Amino acid sequence: MARAATTTDVFNAVAEPRRREILDVLVDGEERPVNDLVRLLGLAQPQVSKHLRVLREVGAVAVRDEGRQRLYRLNGQALRPIHDWMTTYDRLWSERFDQMDDVLQELKKKEQGDGSE
Amino acid sequence: MAVSSGTAQVTLPKDDQILITREFDAPKHLVYKAWTTPELVMRWWSGQRGQMTLVEIDLRVGGKWRYVMEAPGGFEVAFHGVFHEIVPNERIVTTEVYEGAEAPEGDDVLNIVTFTEVDGRTTLELLVEAGSKEIRDIIVNSGMEVGMQQQMDLLEQIAISLR
Repeated sequence: MARAATTTDVFNAVAEPRRREILDVLVDGEERPVNDLVRLLGLAQPQVSKHLRVLREVGAVAVRDEGRQRLYRLNGQALRPIHDWMTTYDRLWSERFDQMDDVLQELKKKEQGDGSE
Repeated sequence: MAVSSGTAQVTLPKDDQILITREFDAPKHLVYKAWTTPELVMRWWSGQRGQMTLVEIDLRVGGKWRYVMEAPGGFEVAFHGVFHEIVPNERIVTTEVYEGAEAPEGDDVLNIVTFTEVDGRTTLELLVEAGSKEIRDIIVNSGMEVGMQQQMDLLEQIAISLR
């Protein structure tokens, strides 16, 4: 059941497993009509449409009309915040360095205190 | 390409490299000491992600080091390596192997650390030579986010699609 918050940002939007499955199908960059997704995911069409609406609202998928069909594709750029958040390597080093700051302050004090190493 | 936030500047100078830069308000001999003294490494290396359970450093060329930390939930993360070059207070070159994902012989990740002091402040540069873009990206994307990995398969694919 969609709550108001799901549409506020991309993190909430992809927190729903079915929506991640939809993105998983679209991740190859191909444009797909709803029917493709219905078939590939084995879900009912109204359900898929509902999820697609949420994904569209946060920009995670883009849509284009071609004749009678609406084609959906992944919009990777909108998922950038997730990518950035995932890239936690720099955070790890920031955490380490922040802890090193404490160690260094202590070493400095000690050195100034007794004047020797 | 910069992927940094927080206090560590992380850049990707070449396809197979990661460069981490940070300035410290301390002279370089102290930064070097914090980097190479087991009791001190104990206190910072795990960041906010767990407790260090072992730090062994045989600080000489050919000497080995090994760090083990325990993440919440009891998951152990261990790294080890061998020192290739040591210039006290200036530069350290060492291999780094993540235990659990051993690279084929000779494909070890190489870490080159340099300490540069200006006016009592020290810039530490850690250059990670991953050997290949694939290994580099695994390192950058890992961040040791233990336990979250299962949910990250899709997100990883997304990350790849963003390149």
